[in-house]
Amino acid sequence: MQANLGHAFFSGLITFILSFPLLGLNLVTGGTSIEIQGAEPETFFYIAAAVGIVFFYQLFRDKLSNLTSAIPRPNFDSGYQSLSQAKKNKVNSWGSALLVMAALIWPFMVSRGSIDLATLVLIYVMLGLGLNIVVGLAGLLDLGYVAFYAVGAYSYALLSLYFGVSFWVALPIAGIMAALFGFLLGFPVLRLRGDYLAIVTLGFGEIIRIFLLNTTSLTGGPNGIGSIDKPTLFGMEFGRRVKEEGNTLFHEVMGISYDSTYKVIFLYILALLLVLFTIFVIRRLVRMPVGRAWEALREDEIACRSLGLNRTAIKLSAFTIGAAFAGFAGCFFAARQGFISPESFTFIESAIILAIVVLGGMGSQAGVILAAIAMTVLPELAREFQEYRMLMFGLMMVLMMVWRPQGLLPSKRPHMELINE
Amino acid sequence: MLDAFFYFIQQVINGLTIGSTYALIAIGYTMVYGIIGMINFAHGEVYMIGTYIAFVVITGMTMLGVEYVPLILACALLIAIIVSSSFGWAIERTAYRPLRGANRLIPLISAIGMSIFLQNYVVLAQGSRDVAIPPMVSGGWNFGSETFQASLSYMQLLIFVATFISMTSLTLFITKSRMGRACRAVAEDIKMANLLGINTNQVISYTFVIGASLAAVAGLLLGLYYGVANPHIGFIAGLKAFTAAVLGGIGSIPGAMLGGIILGLTESMTAAYISSEWKDAVSFGLLVLILLFKPTGLLGKQEVEKV
Repeated sequence: MQANLGHAFFSGLITFILSFPLLGLNLVTGGTSIEIQGAEPETFFYIAAAVGIVFFYQLFRDKLSNLTSAIPRPNFDSGYQSLSQAKKNKVNSWGSALLVMAALIWPFMVSRGSIDLATLVLIYVMLGLGLNIVVGLAGLLDLGYVAFYAVGAYSYALLSLYFGVSFWVALPIAGIMAALFGFLLGFPVLRLRGDYLAIVTLGFGEIIRIFLLNTTSLTGGPNGIGSIDKPTLFGMEFGRRVKEEGNTLFHEVMGISYDSTYKVIFLYILALLLVLFTIFVIRRLVRMPVGRAWEALREDEIACRSLGLNRTAIKLSAFTIGAAFAGFAGCFFAARQGFISPESFTFIESAIILAIVVLGGMGSQAGVILAAIAMTVLPELAREFQEYRMLMFGLMMVLMMVWRPQGLLPSKRPHMELINE
Repeated sequence: MLDAFFYFIQQVINGLTIGSTYALIAIGYTMVYGIIGMINFAHGEVYMIGTYIAFVVITGMTMLGVEYVPLILACALLIAIIVSSSFGWAIERTAYRPLRGANRLIPLISAIGMSIFLQNYVVLAQGSRDVAIPPMVSGGWNFGSETFQASLSYMQLLIFVATFISMTSLTLFITKSRMGRACRAVAEDIKMANLLGINTNQVISYTFVIGASLAAVAGLLLGLYYGVANPHIGFIAGLKAFTAAVLGGIGSIPGAMLGGIILGLTESMTAAYISSEWKDAVSFGLLVLILLFKPTGLLGKQEVEKV
């Protein structure tokens, strides 16, 4: 304890320095002058309490860690682990079938707000799965993924605005456009090493956003593009009245009365189908030679080259395919919102998507889905603490990384290890 | 003709002003990267906190009736350095040290989380609106033709002098002092340094503290130069400084200085001759171009891949 006293004192002092000048002394602008106001008395009390807690925690650190290590750690997945491989496959396929069924039935039983939120979750799932190809499978750090999302969204918005192209035609075009951008960007930059690649992609993301912001005559600049057409179901619209010549109305064809919830449910199911399509394609890709090559390249680049794999082609394929899924997600996003502006495509979005991939356990699809739900729903639940929302979000990211760096559901694949005894 | 020349000179002065502050922030990125190979995304926020602390001290001392400007600035500098380096130290201790040795992406995510956390911490503590302080250093030195007057304000002069002093003392520290030698050894080979009895954890902490102190200097200088601050200035400044560090070759301290100056000049030239809206896009474009032809940055070392 004597030895900890100095450290405890130092930690307490640091806590005081970190909190007092920013929390205790507030800059207040009054008219033309600026002055300092002391904070509320309770703020000072909190600062003192924080300093005290840090001081005593550091002082009794050894005893506390002895206490906590005595508590046994729960092991959740031990029952599942003991199953044989064939049983596991069975459990997995039944489980996923049940989940999909539940996801299809679920929207008919809950409120409109929940469905809306679920649709948002599905968009993030799609983005997370797409980025998972680039970061999780191919091991390329992409900090500007949101650029491809923006390309997809703006492709649909511009096509719909200037040429009246419908959602279903624009969906593949948006994917192709985003893939093209991924290809064009990837071609020169993929020979850079990891962190250089990260910063170049980050710069690219910013360039796209600045471009959208400044070409006001084409994209509306900061005002964005509004009243984008909603998707239709075989020519049936979900509005109250027909917007476009030749279309019919969903509720008239079905012979039911108009309800705006149908549109929300339709969008949700559409997103769900897109996500299922994404999952299916990626699962197939991972088992194909190209997918194997991605993972091999992530594990050991030099070994890959020695085996005669074309490094650039493999990286480029991961980059392009990942971008294409962001394009689909962007197209759907534009259709759902009906309004897009460069505000929706800032760096923080890239960071959130990356956090979803890492939090989920890199390379693991189930993990990405779980993490997308956690990252979208948890901040939504904390609506009452509106001002603390982003603070908590940042804190959660740090704590998750410290406590569970391998992610929520790390991907397990068959592998062999040399016994190292 | 003469007007165009003086206009150009003016842009050079402005570019060097911004560039030298970018260089100050870039040092923090490049030193951390050189030693533990991670992008410290929260570094921009440390700069932003430096600006806020400087504003608090300047306002507080003005309210107390102190009128001697050099004294106010010296106090603001000292306190901003103390608080910012405490933040640098605490960030490393809480968000990065537990992750040492993990996959490269893990500390990066933690850093992004830390950056979001700090930004919102300041929003909660000080509000998200702009705060402005009255100009502390006014006046300047005008020159040029009759139709166009270029000027070098005393504020800009102060920025040059302060940057020069900081950079010189940093170089001296790194090359001459015992700790600086330990820093270089750790950057060279962290395991070997550990075996030779260097306290690597301490060296890494010092690196964060030095980087944060320089960011605080930049925070004070840019705060005085612009006169306004808000909790969101850290992100874009951090991004620019990191670009500067990569441009010069990450891990290299002279590279960070050079990168900062080049970036500052590019920005002021684009703003003057093309359009100020495109200056960010042009600087990132420049970064992409340089990396294409010299993938390790201007002064970066070529790394040999080992099996």
